Amino acid sequence: MSFSIKKQGEVVVVDVEGQLIVGNRQELKQKVLDELEKGEKKFLIDFSQTGYIDSSGLGVLVSLSKKIREQGGELRLANLNDDLQTLFELTKLDTLFQISDTRERALESF
Amino acid sequence: MAEPRVAFDLQIPSDVEYIEGVVELARQRCRELKLSPTKCSLNVPVALSEALSNAILRGNNSTGGRHVRVRAIVSDKDIVFEVVDEGPGFDLDECTRDCTLEENLTKEEGRGLFLMRRLMDRVESFRNEGNVVRLTLYRE
Repeated sequence: MSFSIKKQGEVVVVDVEGQLIVGNRQELKQKVLDELEKGEKKFLIDFSQTGYIDSSGLGVLVSLSKKIREQGGELRLANLNDDLQTLFELTKLDTLFQISDTRERALESF
Repeated sequence: MAEPRVAFDLQIPSDVEYIEGVVELARQRCRELKLSPTKCSLNVPVALSEALSNAILRGNNSTGGRHVRVRAIVSDKDIVFEVVDEGPGFDLDECTRDCTLEENLTKEEGRGLFLMRRLMDRVESFRNEGNVVRLTLYRE
């Protein structure tokens, strides 16, 4: 499991490879917060290579979304597979995040 | 009807780094049992991951030297996971929060038990040589 970060235009894109769970959520949080501290405002997390997400992982997304918004930025999500979509629907987090089917659509939506 | 059999029985150190390995073993067993793809890739991984992290972080309170026992028992109709920690136990109903309520939606924590109960057919918590959380998932 790992997180890779790259810049596409004005957007910081984070790929979550593997699981987003209690054991690695802090790593994701820190990476995104480091970018936020550098002044970045637009963030996209791409889940096309993600296995499963536990409640800690969901919690980190909620927390990051709040922190980014407090700094006048925005966090969007892309490429949830059917299982992840179900997870977001069960927890109603699909109502909290702007979620796109593809990375391209997400990038266009900023 | 075949007798229920133990699919695995492990004792792991109380450290979240061990969760992913146990979950992968559980997924493998579920695939061998030909459970549906969603049960193998969503229900079991998420619910078991929640039970293990609760046992490690809350039950054992991240205390070094403590352990978590996890076993899977398979019968013709279901697969049962039992996660046992060394903590005092907890009241499942009292501790489960509806994370979909507006006032809880933006909270960082409080989705674990809710998810376990939504993703499993039955969740029980009781004391028996430790604090046991038992997750039951029907095979069909």
